Amino acid sequence: MTIASSSPPSRLPLGDAKGAGTDRRTARRATAREEHGDGRLAAVFIAPALLGFLVFLLWPTLRGVYLSFTRFNLLTPAEWVGLDNYVRMVHDPIFWDSMGVTVEYVVINIGVQTVSALAVAVLLQRLTQSAVLRGIVLTPYLMSNVVAGIVWLWILDTQLGIGNEIVAGLGFDRIPFLADETWAIPTIALINVWRHVGYTALLLFAGLMAIPNDMYEAAKVDGASEWRMFWRITMPLLRPVLAVVLIMTVIGSFQVFDTVAVTTAGGPANATNVLQFYIYGAAFGRFQFGYASAMSVALLVVLSAITVLQYRLTRAGQSDLG
Amino acid sequence: MAAVADTTTVRRVRRRITPGRAVAWAVMAAIVLLTMLPFYWILRTALSSNDALAAHPGDILPVGATTGGFERALGLQSAEEAIAQGGSGGGLEFWRYLVNSVVVSTLITVCQIFFSAMAAYAFARLRWRGREAVFGLFLAGLMVPAIFTLLPNFVLVKQLGLVDSLLGVALPTMFMTPFAVFFLRQFFMNVPREVEEAALLDGAGKVRIFFRLMLPMASTPLLTLGLLTYITAWNDYFWPLMVSYSDSSRVLTVALAIFRAQTPQTGYDWSGLMAATLIAALPMLVLFGCFARRIVGSISFTGIK
Repeated sequence: MTIASSSPPSRLPLGDAKGAGTDRRTARRATAREEHGDGRLAAVFIAPALLGFLVFLLWPTLRGVYLSFTRFNLLTPAEWVGLDNYVRMVHDPIFWDSMGVTVEYVVINIGVQTVSALAVAVLLQRLTQSAVLRGIVLTPYLMSNVVAGIVWLWILDTQLGIGNEIVAGLGFDRIPFLADETWAIPTIALINVWRHVGYTALLLFAGLMAIPNDMYEAAKVDGASEWRMFWRITMPLLRPVLAVVLIMTVIGSFQVFDTVAVTTAGGPANATNVLQFYIYGAAFGRFQFGYASAMSVALLVVLSAITVLQYRLTRAGQSDLG
Repeated sequence: MAAVADTTTVRRVRRRITPGRAVAWAVMAAIVLLTMLPFYWILRTALSSNDALAAHPGDILPVGATTGGFERALGLQSAEEAIAQGGSGGGLEFWRYLVNSVVVSTLITVCQIFFSAMAAYAFARLRWRGREAVFGLFLAGLMVPAIFTLLPNFVLVKQLGLVDSLLGVALPTMFMTPFAVFFLRQFFMNVPREVEEAALLDGAGKVRIFFRLMLPMASTPLLTLGLLTYITAWNDYFWPLMVSYSDSSRVLTVALAIFRAQTPQTGYDWSGLMAATLIAALPMLVLFGCFARRIVGSISFTGIK
């Protein structure tokens, strides 16, 4: 998310050791007020954000875990049922089915998006440095998932959509992209690629800008082709940035909901019943807030595992740029 | 800046059109087309009439040109007229949702950025006991996917009696996001201490330094973060879907989904739907158009050492 920050995205939330030590140098020259620290002032400055953090982030997180051990329908107080929801989840074929659908979606979405974003970023780096083109590829990101879903629902409409007019014009049978069990998930995955690929490309592009141009110049003098430079220079140096961006996009991808809600609503025959959609249905369709919370915890565990993987990958893949 | 380097190197190799470059440009052109064509198609459909769309699905220009789609989206047509033209007669009034979206997004952006900047300054520039511990807590908050807190937050907002109010829609992200705090703290940490010390010697207090010195210095990161926050708030669907039931708190994304669900028996009101889509999307395009130069332009300078 560092479009214009002064640090490449590889410096994302991994903590840092600056700040604490630099104070000491100036402490000797500090005013009396600073000797005691800025405790009272800091309390004022931190108060609103801390309030928001405690009330709308920390408390709901703990509460979400608590609710997963209860039976709760919003109207009567939550009733403790221990592991019942989790037992039920493990034996719920629709849950596993929707987990499978979600994974299928993530694999297609991330696979296509990462390759495309990398291609766009490299083109923007090596072919042209046009800021206008950077603006253009970012445009779909300004749309909501709801807008993207509805627009492609229209373009891919079996009878009237321009997409299917082209398919028919090429002499193929019309494809019911969003009404067919096999096509629906890949189609939704690609719709979301259309919306996000430019943003992902710009994150990668920011990483590419950190690679000194002389490396390419030197390689060119040695007669290396662009293809060879990509594999020998770009990929090795971009790896840490790519790892972070990949994890960020995978975590986002697992939370797919909006696009499904406005295109297929989980159908046909649960073929696009992604996890988040199933959770929403359990909570607001059947008022099983406890069960919905348990499934949310399951998703949280999956995403936490991916985050742990992020630490491993970023540590393992430190770039030579330093 | 590679582009600059190219024009200034003395031994500049003249760029010949090689087959490789031609292919690369073709790919780039295809990407631009795929990116932009759907936007044209929205416009073309919104300006067509539903009957003509059914008869000429493949025409490049608007068919049976009419502003009926926009009139239906804005609730300017009578129900009979709307149904006659292939609408649902559901009477959605998008100007109301437009106002709601603006109120919610502005409230979230202004408050979140301001409070996050204050917290970021306290983390980066003030010395107090427990600073690292509290910041560690905020960092841990980055690990919680936003979607996980939605259900419990809904329960909370319901208990607060703020369901179906604009404040309820804005509340969860109004005070901070861990990312915003982290992002701005990074910037404040990089401001040289000398700047602050000079002001302190002049007798300025830390509060004054924050408002008069730090915030103006951070204008570009604040603008970037503000734009991203605004776009995110504007495009959010899941949370507003949960907490708004009626027109009084309904935002554009939710209204669009309802419009799509109100499909008449005879078939979709594509023209009205695309007009509504355009109304929902245009403000972000305009906003981005105003600030793009400053923000996209600054990407070129990232990571240059």
